Amino acid sequence: MAETFILIPGRTSKQGVTLNEGKYTDGYLEEINTLQISPEDMSRLQFENGDNIRMWNDFGEVVVPCKTSKGDELPPGILFISYGDKSSRLMAGETHGTGMPDSKGMDVQIEKVSAPA
Amino acid sequence: MSTVAPPPQESSDSTEVPELKVVTDATCTFCGCVCDDMELTVQDNKITKAKNACVLGKAWFLNHHIEDRPDATIEGQPASYEQAIERAADILSNAIYPITYGLSDTTCEAQRVAVAISDWIGGCVDTTTSVCHGPSGIAFQEVGEVTCTLGEIKNRADYIVFWGGNPAESHPRHFTRYSLMPKGQFLPNGRKDRTAVLVDVRKTKSARAADIFLQVKPRSDFELAWAMRAIAKGVEIDPSIEEQTGISLERLTEVVEGMKAAKFGVILFGMGLTMTRGKHLNSEAILSLARDLNKYTRWTAKPMRGHGNVTGADNVVTWQTGFPFGVHLGRGYPRFNPGEWTSSDLLARGEADAALIIASDPMSNFSQPARDHLEKIDSVVLDPKLSETAKTATVAFTTSTYGINTTGTVYRMDDVPIPLRPAFDSPYRSDYEILKAIEKRIREKQLNGNLSS
Amino acid sequence: MPQLLIKGGTVYDPKNNIDGEVRDIWIQDGRIIDAPSDVSTKADKTIDATGYVIMPGGVDMHCHIAGPKVNTARKMMPDDKRLAPMVHRTMHTRSGTTGAVPSTWATGYLYSGLGYTTAFDAAVPPLAARHTHEELEDTPIIDKGFYVMMGNNHYIMKQLKEKDPEKVKACVAWLINSAKGYGAKLVNPGGVEAWKSGQRNVDTLDETVDGFDIKPRDIIQGVARAVDELGMPHPVHLHCNNLGLPGNHDTTFETMKALEGYRGHLTHIQFHSYGGDPDDQLTFKSEVPRLAQYVNENKNLTVDVGQVMFDKTTSMTGDGPLGYFLHKVLGRKWFSGDTEMEAGCGIVPIEYRNKSMIHTLQWAIGLEWYLMVDDPWRIGMSTDHPNGGSFMAYPEIIALLMDRGRRQEVLDKAPDGVAERCSLADLSREYTLYEIAIITRASPARILGLQNKGHLGTGADADVTIYSRDDDIQRMFELPRYVVNRGEIVVDDGEVRSNAEGKLLHVAPDFDLDMIPDIQDWFEDHYTIQFRNYPVDQNYLSNPEQVPTTVPS
Repeated sequence: MAETFILIPGRTSKQGVTLNEGKYTDGYLEEINTLQISPEDMSRLQFENGDNIRMWNDFGEVVVPCKTSKGDELPPGILFISYGDKSSRLMAGETHGTGMPDSKGMDVQIEKVSAPA
Repeated sequence: MSTVAPPPQESSDSTEVPELKVVTDATCTFCGCVCDDMELTVQDNKITKAKNACVLGKAWFLNHHIEDRPDATIEGQPASYEQAIERAADILSNAIYPITYGLSDTTCEAQRVAVAISDWIGGCVDTTTSVCHGPSGIAFQEVGEVTCTLGEIKNRADYIVFWGGNPAESHPRHFTRYSLMPKGQFLPNGRKDRTAVLVDVRKTKSARAADIFLQVKPRSDFELAWAMRAIAKGVEIDPSIEEQTGISLERLTEVVEGMKAAKFGVILFGMGLTMTRGKHLNSEAILSLARDLNKYTRWTAKPMRGHGNVTGADNVVTWQTGFPFGVHLGRGYPRFNPGEWTSSDLLARGEADAALIIASDPMSNFSQPARDHLEKIDSVVLDPKLSETAKTATVAFTTSTYGINTTGTVYRMDDVPIPLRPAFDSPYRSDYEILKAIEKRIREKQLNGNLSS
Repeated sequence: MPQLLIKGGTVYDPKNNIDGEVRDIWIQDGRIIDAPSDVSTKADKTIDATGYVIMPGGVDMHCHIAGPKVNTARKMMPDDKRLAPMVHRTMHTRSGTTGAVPSTWATGYLYSGLGYTTAFDAAVPPLAARHTHEELEDTPIIDKGFYVMMGNNHYIMKQLKEKDPEKVKACVAWLINSAKGYGAKLVNPGGVEAWKSGQRNVDTLDETVDGFDIKPRDIIQGVARAVDELGMPHPVHLHCNNLGLPGNHDTTFETMKALEGYRGHLTHIQFHSYGGDPDDQLTFKSEVPRLAQYVNENKNLTVDVGQVMFDKTTSMTGDGPLGYFLHKVLGRKWFSGDTEMEAGCGIVPIEYRNKSMIHTLQWAIGLEWYLMVDDPWRIGMSTDHPNGGSFMAYPEIIALLMDRGRRQEVLDKAPDGVAERCSLADLSREYTLYEIAIITRASPARILGLQNKGHLGTGADADVTIYSRDDDIQRMFELPRYVVNRGEIVVDDGEVRSNAEGKLLHVAPDFDLDMIPDIQDWFEDHYTIQFRNYPVDQNYLSNPEQVPTTVPS
């Protein structure tokens, strides 16, 4: 049974560094495509690093590998992914009259789809 | 016709034996810090050293290479520059509801021409501001802003609050050059003379740099800032604020008292506020909090802007049209309405029928319905690198890179204008040259059409 | 080169003592030329100006039209623009917005439409000079320049403390050269630094500025002296301390006295001529007679007015503490921006209402200034655009000055207390067209030291305004028949026909270059940009004209 999490996409320095190497390099794609989950949630949900996770909401769906977030960076219930292609697929077109889609703090559901290939 | 002075090009003679060249006081345009103290060692068409650059700046300069791509493509096929200009001018002239978007990673000189094009064709002009600190711009229009240049923070700020951002990763030199660490005119001991607070939902790398970390619950920044305003004014706050925000009343009161006791404070806030539910109201709460504290001492606030010249884009669009972003020129004069004439909305609603996109990649970071529509309409894309947006363009131009190959002006996040000192020439044209050629062709078509009618 | 002849108009050219005489004006290469000696010469184009009134193009010596403060006000005030008249794009001109702070293209078109051909922005922090140049380049048709703020510059204050006038002078010259500015501006000298440091403000010329151990008086005298010694064409341009506060006339009077021995231009003097108790707005009254008498008696001083008109506007100032004061008084949204090492800024929207005793008195005080300065050559028309009102109000001010009855109509409806708190009702003076030509073009040009502006003598810039005579003076000045700028017809019957770029007027005073390393050391210790990236390069200016300095012998 999938449960609801809050997704916080954000910029990372590794994203910025690899971006300069090119948007189609493995480094950049890996950095923007990996979902970080708190250690507590990882163990509770019995996820392993590299598991492919389906993440979705009313607006879109993506499948991304996951990894355990470092130390106490993420509290349970919160997910992190680099702001970019994947995170934006979960944004609504609606901006509530601001021009800015809800791009952080979105409600999403996740479930494991497969172990690493 | 008024013309924008073309940015002077440093000449180079390709027949000369390449020499080692050092460019001092060069400017890094990768992020809104716009550090202008780069010392670049250049060999051939390669920067081999970037002294003073941070991790992002080093990546920006050292990885910079000229991609082997055609000057221009039309529908994915290599095309001559002239053909591409002609087709671009056709697309933009014939469109009924064209949009211009991007602009935060190019020079003010190019931005000025882009707004001119939008005006002549009666389109919309919008920048990446609408999806970064656009909400802060809306908040600014509501309550104003008490702010300062980065040097004031360096020289005076003894209390610094970072809120909803992670400068350690997004603006790596902000701490050392402008805010947290430097010795300042009135702060001879640098870091020791300052108190730093981080407010964020994640305990990021930046938390390590702060004296106090307030881990706010997601989507409760507004409530937290509003409570702080109340505490500062002596209004009683219910202890349930802790359940709402994750921060105890006691802890919050302690921080607010510290802020009031400071001599000069600043809140540096990021997209953790603008991209989250509440958006402009979150920014408004921050701007109001900083403003209120001026009753007791000096406080300021400043959005941490991301792209190298997003601040210039705000300025240029404002001085030419009167409004900072989301401007509609279709009735022959400028109108402003975020949510209506901002690009994400215009695309997601399927309204725009052509797009001019400069140095931005909406195909990678817009919502799915916006991407779906952008893919369907004719677009003219200028980018130094291949991107998803360039791939779907009807006409795509490969451009030189501002700050590395072309000169011009950019504005730092605090509106300070800074000149660019390029390292080496690019075989590709600058955004300015390409846009100027498109403008010229559009004007020829308009004026000739007028004469013959 | 083609010649333009403006034939048979009634010319008002005060600098050349021409008071309503029928003359021909010949123009070539953007300048006024002598009439050809061969009387049969035919011009390439002739404007038959028979029956029309001819004046030199208007010169606005104090307005806020470009740079960070102006642009921030544009950003902050979408509400002001939505209901204001729009500037529509035409086949040849750009679109824009108006309201209190028009966009750049609109600014150029509106000034031109009013017969103004030159305007100076009054307050630019040198750190933002590059920005100001960019905006001015996008401000079409008119010639333009700006003043550089230095009344709270740390280096200058430090050298004043050290009593080193040579270093002060070097810094003034270095700032003007770096910014490519036209004049030296002091804004609430010492008071802005006091705001930035938490001292809040300085109340008198002799209050010490925290951290610098000097007084506003030192700054005023030190910079006035430097400007004179550098031979700058325009004297120190001074926004006095305590702007807008009841009782501030004493500060203004002390400032005037402090300028003895120096040239000095006191700007928006209306805002500095108030009697009464600062803590009691109801005691507010005019103190123009005392101050105007001093100006009349002391030829080293000139003023512009900063007339208040009844309308919505946006106040914008380099005076940071003033912005806070207005925010507290009005409760409206507020921008404050402190610029490192050199300046501040405050922006607050304001509405001047004819139902307010205070506002009506401010209006009357401005008019008193025009009417009580005996010599029109020492006063310039200004609204301190947009602070007292828009420059678009100039025709209405002209009408008020030329028609005593029109002033009386306003006074008749004024709130109680206005009439007895000022002397306006007793002032019967009515300006003539000749005097209007002085205060709107000839005197501002002379005060600015612009030899080629504000007159129609041979060699002058061919900036000419051609008005249709009209019993309705306001309408006459609102709608010139033709406006010629640099010899080009830029406005024809209300239609803007040009999108040409005007000149950027700047000065480049000589100074001892050996002084630069000391400035550089200071700069590198405190600024957050590189020393080399601070000055605006000459090649950055697209259409500059360097106005010469004259070092006194």
